[in-house]
Parts: sequence; structure tokens; C-alpha cells
Amino acid sequence: MKNNEKLSLAEWVIKEAIKNGADEVSVDISSGRGVEVEFREKKLDKLQEATTNALSLKVYADKKFSVYSTNDLKKDTLTGFVKEAVAGTKYLSQDEFRKLPDPKYYPQTTKDDLKIKDPGFEKIDTSERIRIASEIEKAALETSDQIISASAGYSDGSYSGVLVNSNGFAGEYTETVFSAGAEVTVKDQEGGRPEDWMYCSVRFFNELPPTDFLGVTAAKRALQKIGQKKIKSGKYTMLVENRAAGRLIGVLRGAMTARSIQQKASFLDGMLDKKIASEKLTVIDDPFLKKGLNSRFFDGEGLAAVRRVMINNGVLKNYFVDNYYGRKIGMDLTTASPANVLYEKGSRSFDEIVKDIKHGIIVNGFIGGNSNSTTGDFSFGIVGQLVENGEIIHPVNEMNLSGNAKDFFMALEEMGNDPYPYSSNMIPSMLFTEASFSGL
Amino acid sequence: MGKKYTRRDFLEKGSKGVIAASLIPSFLSSASAETLYFRKGENAVLQEYLDHFNVTEKIINDIIAEALSKGGDYCDLFFQHNIKNFIGLEDQLVNRAYSNIDFGVGIRVLKGDQTGYSFTEEISADAMKNAARTAANIADSNKLVKPVQLKFKDHPLYYEINTPWEKVGIDQKVPYLQRINEMVFAEDKRIIKSSVSFSDESSYIMVATSEGIIACDYQPMGRIGVSCNAEQNGKREENYFDLAGRRGIDFFTPANVERLAKEAVRRTVELFDAVKPEAGEMPVVLAAGSSGILLHEAIGHGMEADFNRKNVSIFSDKINKPVAEKFVTIVDDATNPNMRGSINIDDEGNSTQKTYLVEDGILRSYLHDRISAKYYGVQPTGNGRRESFRFSPLPRMRNTYMLPGPHTKDEIIATIDKGIYAESFTNGQVFIGAGDFTFYVKSGYLIEGGKMTKPIKDINIIGNGPDVLKKITMVADDLQLAEGGWTCGKNGQRAPVSQGLPTVKVSSITVGGLNSAS
Repeated sequence: MKNNEKLSLAEWVIKEAIKNGADEVSVDISSGRGVEVEFREKKLDKLQEATTNALSLKVYADKKFSVYSTNDLKKDTLTGFVKEAVAGTKYLSQDEFRKLPDPKYYPQTTKDDLKIKDPGFEKIDTSERIRIASEIEKAALETSDQIISASAGYSDGSYSGVLVNSNGFAGEYTETVFSAGAEVTVKDQEGGRPEDWMYCSVRFFNELPPTDFLGVTAAKRALQKIGQKKIKSGKYTMLVENRAAGRLIGVLRGAMTARSIQQKASFLDGMLDKKIASEKLTVIDDPFLKKGLNSRFFDGEGLAAVRRVMINNGVLKNYFVDNYYGRKIGMDLTTASPANVLYEKGSRSFDEIVKDIKHGIIVNGFIGGNSNSTTGDFSFGIVGQLVENGEIIHPVNEMNLSGNAKDFFMALEEMGNDPYPYSSNMIPSMLFTEASFSGL
Repeated sequence: MGKKYTRRDFLEKGSKGVIAASLIPSFLSSASAETLYFRKGENAVLQEYLDHFNVTEKIINDIIAEALSKGGDYCDLFFQHNIKNFIGLEDQLVNRAYSNIDFGVGIRVLKGDQTGYSFTEEISADAMKNAARTAANIADSNKLVKPVQLKFKDHPLYYEINTPWEKVGIDQKVPYLQRINEMVFAEDKRIIKSSVSFSDESSYIMVATSEGIIACDYQPMGRIGVSCNAEQNGKREENYFDLAGRRGIDFFTPANVERLAKEAVRRTVELFDAVKPEAGEMPVVLAAGSSGILLHEAIGHGMEADFNRKNVSIFSDKINKPVAEKFVTIVDDATNPNMRGSINIDDEGNSTQKTYLVEDGILRSYLHDRISAKYYGVQPTGNGRRESFRFSPLPRMRNTYMLPGPHTKDEIIATIDKGIYAESFTNGQVFIGAGDFTFYVKSGYLIEGGKMTKPIKDINIIGNGPDVLKKITMVADDLQLAEGGWTCGKNGQRAPVSQGLPTVKVSSITVGGLNSAS
């Protein structure tokens, strides 16, 4: 279904809902086509291809609110669907904060191009997809004879959608995503079979990294884990590798939502314009990054995308404020969730930073763990490497990193110059003077 | 209540606040579900499902022929109609409701252990043939396929309920939330926020295979969850409690409603006194019940046969070898009445069972789907599961638990001078090959001098699967199955599961906590 057809269907759904008694309506219609290829043991392991559709209807009726969604977009079924959606809403409680966003937050039309759609998408042939996956597997397997298994994958998709709010907003988007990479398992003399992965996602087919880079990186990361062991519990300098560091920022993000503040479940309540991290931390939400994996002109509620500094030199400058909880706590709306997240980067590379670590742990990845947005407590499992006097000594695993986010980020000493390019969270490596690990 | 609701009833129109009638595909509104209901016998059941999905045996055969036309060895069709509802109370008001309807068919073609997969959300002969042609591409020759005689495969019933969820209106659910909310605030004056949610699901599935099997099932799910925030001397704490299973609304009895409220409050206010244990290795006692998360992460995933077929599991070379003490027996069971992970048949149409992962300390069986069972030359164990028609099946756990052992809880606690007792959990993860696994302890107690003392909170535990199995030194006689709404994620697919454990002692494992010195 083309976006103009989706727009007219959305308008029709809105009319039907209002006819049935809704006061305000928001309709989101999306569709996508995706292909997925998996390759292992030098042959195609899986080929999947399919198209999806979805329609989601938010009903605001008599200060009551509900959301109904379906994957059946035929008008004859939608007629009954919309009727029941409005009827079902009536059984809920009235809530004075349930209404569509104030139209002042909606975006102005723009001719700008975010470069999130590859016009060549339709021309990609499945034999090409299989070739990429097979090359990645080959590159991985050729890296070492200690490899037990390599699985390579390629997937792509084209997605489009519209959002129409009955009080004066209609927006649309079309985007493409291409992903490729591998997972590799290697043999450890101790009997373990450590694994690691390297996957990348980009907006344009020809910007995928070379297949040998993907295969070799996955293999090297797994090989690097051979001989891993846990070490003594204690406080260590910690360098978190860029692609893993997003997990730590997530501890802050969970407490930066209007919902967590309104529900008294945020340790960052009342901290606006106050210092929550060392001055090295500057976090920017940038929806307009060209080719960004989360670039957009409007968010899921129709709020205009705005570039915002969220944390400036360690000072909290903004919360993530959605329409409902924003009304409830009387805050200006921002957005429910970030688009592309950028960081002020440092000047030194990962390797340069390692050279200056006397007694520390490099964290290459996290496993499990959780955090508590009310208190700031967190505890995560880690895999990484022990560093002594600037030298990597051996890989470590089976250890936990624990702390409380209220003081943890004060120990952020330095950001690397290496923002991770294959995620919407483009975080550099982060160095902390002190972090608490449990092991032996 | 009279009749049990099993597979026969279908959606009904016109109940109050029920998002049902419009969910029925338009073709069904001409066929009366009620008339069909009164027919007897398995053919009637099958006919209802065929009608529900608007297909005939002839159409299914045509699709199978198309799917195998390029030389595939096997194919299956997975029809699904899923209705999910959620209503939520926050700030004293039932002020949100979400419903989702999903309808479609997934078509899988196997050539050896290679998979071709496609699905369509439109169940018409043309759309299904298109999807079948796409899935067929995993093979690349030409083949004329003879029609198969589809034979209905019946199955036991592990989760009969009285009323299917789509017949339960929002108006019937709202009072539960209001009642629980009132009880939460009445229970303790330190409570400042409470949110209560009620989720339910009806899933109708039908599987047809090129080997001539056709099977169908109705899979219900219900859950109520309560989370609280409390404040004391300017300090805030949060926690939650939930009850879930393949249940109908009558599971939420007054006694269960009271438990939901009181347990959520107890778990929250107790945290004001909570301390952090010291960081490092120590003995850990796992409370009977949801502590079965240990088994899910430490051994369950590693025993899923796809990982072993690919040689990437730390358990790949350990079948029939001793992995634990003799009193350790671990099963993955689809047959527990009304448990969240129970299934009457799996999503490939295989019969389900209770599968022994570890029997008297010896590693016994992997968890198989069709591909891995063929690979190993064994019968499928009924673990072929998928999130929905959009996904091809994988070996997945169901209810994973340890059978009771020779010790008692008191004996176990008494053996520990300094350690922790872990009671409630939020999540876990495992690296299949290295064997590292974690689970996050939301609350528990310190054990000091053989007694449980202060509460503890928010710590991660990390260990190595085979290593920790060997360190299970005591198992009590008090097996409990988890009652909460556990969901397992694997390869981007979610599946409802459960787990269980008697009180168990792990002699040493790494606990995240405070470091006294650097």
C-alpha cells in the first residue's frame, strides 16, 4: 500500500471513529517488506521474505483513551473494528489529561531530505544478498582454525507509514535499512566455546562495511575471549568499549522520562539543571542526522522533531516528555524517546586510552543485569579484558559491575574519539576512574 | 461452571465492551460459530478451524504442492488468529486499554536442514500461493507433488478454561483493577503510587504439514501485575508482583486478588531495610519457585538442540555424562496444568511431553524441534515453538524445573554462615557457548550464621552453567512452580515460559554487591 493510499485510509478511519462517538483520533498505518538470509557451513541456512501491514488507532472519547491495532486493513473489517474500538473505550475511567497533543507541537512541512531511503532498494537481487552472507561467513572461517561455527546473516527492509491526528497533523515517512554481519564461536582449551558477533545496520546498501571486515571482526572478537577467567573483586579503572556503553546510558535514560517522574520512580526527579555526571558527559538528541538510523521529522505522537541537548557537561537539561505525562506534570513536551543520540567525543583513541590504564578492566560487552530507575541502583554482568600498566593481560568474564547512577557517572573521566557508527546511539568509548566489580 | 472451554467455541458477537466481532474475518460472520459448536467429534473441531481460517483441505493441498514445487522435502502451514488485550490502572483510574488483533499464515519449506520461510496476513488462496512460492525458493529443482491425505491429530488438554478471553468484556475486568488498587493503598500508608495491569490473550492455531498432519489448538493466557512505589523519610522504593498462566478470568479469585495486592506491597516496603551484600563469591540459596530462572539460563538454553546441532553450546559434548549430583533431576515440561509455558501441541504439530534434561545427575535429552530431531535421528520433544506466524519455529523451553530432592529448606539455610537467599527476580541472560549466565535478584535476604537476616535488593548474580550445576550441593523437598508472567527471548522471538525450583543451595557463585576495599 502506497503512503497516499494509507493517508486516505487513515482519514477514512478517523471519520468512522468520529461518526461512532470519538472526540479525537490518531491513526498510524505502516507497511514493510523485508528479506532475511542466513548462511552457515557454506550453504544457505534460511531464506525468509514477507510483507507486513499494521494499523493502530488511538481513540479519545469523553476523556477516555484506548489503542486498538490490527493487521487486517480491509475497509469492510475495519468498519466493525472502529465501531468496537470506540464502544470499548466507554468502559474506562475519565482522565482529564487524555487528549491529543496541542497542535503547536506539530511540525511545519519541510522539503529537507534526511537520506533514510535507498532508492536502489528494489533492485537488490536475492542472489546478491546470499553472496554477501556467504562472503562474510568465508571471511570469518578463514580467520582461524579455532573457529567451531560461524553464522553469517544479511537482511534488508523497506518500511513506510503515515500518522494522522484528527486535530491537524498528517505526516509520512519511507525508509530502508540494510544489516549484515556474523556470529562466531571458537574453541577454548578449557572446554568453553566463547562466542561474539559483529553486525552493522545502515540506511544505504552501498554503505555496508566490506564483508571481510564483518566476518573477521566477529571472529577476532570471539578469539579474543579464549582463556577468559574471573578475577578478584574490587575497584578498577574501567574503559567501556563504544558499542557496549549504551547499556550504561540506559540507566540514566530510564529515569529521564516524564512517566518515571510523574510516577515517583525516578532518581533524577528534581535534578533539572543540576549536575548528574562529570563534565565530560554531553548528550544530544539529534533527529536530523543525515542517514541516521533513527532520523525523523516527527515522533510517534506527531510531535515535531527538535535537536536538543539532553545533558550538557554533566548537567541535566531536558527530560523525555511525552504528551500524556507532560500534561500530567505540567511540563513542555519534548519527545517520548530519543532519535539519534550523539555525544561530545574526546580526543584520544581507544588504544591510546588503554596505554594509560594502570590497573583496570576493559568492558567489551554486558550480559544480563538490570537497573532500578527509582533508586539508581544497577548491576550488570560483564565480559572484558584485564589491563595492567597499559597492557592487556587476559580476557575476563563471569564478573558483575555494580553501582548507583547517582554517583557513578561522576567518575566519568574521558570520552573516546570513536563514536559507534552502526547504531542510532552513537556513543564513544567511556573511561571511568573507578568502578566496582565482583568476581572471585 | 458447566462446560469447559476448549477448542470448540469461537468468537462471539455483541458482548459488552468486547473487541471481538470485528476481529472475526468477514467471511466468518456468515457461518454461525454457535451452530458449529453443537456438532460433535473431532471432524467438527477441525471443520471449525478450517472455516475459521476460510480454507479447505483442497486449498491446503494446493498450497503444499506450490511450496514443494521446487524440490523441498517438507513443508508446513501455520495459521494463527491472536487477540491480545491490556487494561491498566494508574493514579486510581483505569485510564488505558490496548488491544491487538493478528491474523495470518506462515509457510515453511525445508530442504534438508535449510529453511525457506514466508508468511501472509491475508488468508486467500492467491496470497498463500504467493507466499508458498517465496518459501519454495530454498530449493531449486522441479518436482510434481502428489496431494496428501490430511489426518486430524488430537491432543491432550492442559489448559481448559470456562470462558474464552474474547468473551470477557472490559467492564468485567475493570473492577479487579480497582479492588487491587484499593487494597494496595489500604495495606500500607507508605505507598505513594500503584499501577495495576490486566492482560489477556486468545490464540487460535492450526498446523498442516506435507506429511499429512493437521492439528489445532486454542491457547489462552491471563495475567494481572501490580507494581508499587513507596516513600519513607524521603527515600523511595519500587517493586512488583504478578500472577499469570494459561487461565481464564475465574483464576483471579478473591484470594488471588488479595495475594496480588499484599505481596506487591510487602516486596516494596521491605526494601527500605534492604542492604547490599558484599561483592564476590559466596553460597547462594535459591528460594523455591521463580528461582527456576537459574535452570532456564544455566542449562535450559544450552540444551536447545539447534545450538548443539550447530556445535555452539557448552553442553554439545556432554550427553549421557554426569553433570550434577545424583539428587538433581531437571525437566522441561509442556504438560503442567494451566502453566504459562504449557502447550497441548507445539507449533509444528508435534505432541508435547515432559522431557528430562538431567536425570539423577546425568545429562539426558536436548530440546528438539523438527530439524534437530531429524538431525539427531530422534523423536521431536514438542519444543518447536514460534512467536507468531511471522516466524519459523525453533527449539524453545516450556516449563523448566527441578524435581524435589532429599533436603529441607531449614537444613539448607542452617549450613550457611555467610551468604544470600534469593527470592524474586526480574531477568536473566546466557552466553550459550561460554556458559556464562546471569540473573538479576530484585529482592532476597542475607544469610548470617545459619539464619535469614536483613533484606537485600538489586544485585546481579553471574556464573557458569556446567560449573554451577556441579555446585548444586543441596536440593529441598519443596518444589514450587513460578506463577509470574515469564517471557523468553531467543533470535528475536518471544515465547511464554515458566520455571520452578525447590529450595536449592549453590555452594559458591559470584554476587554483585559492594566492594569494601579496592
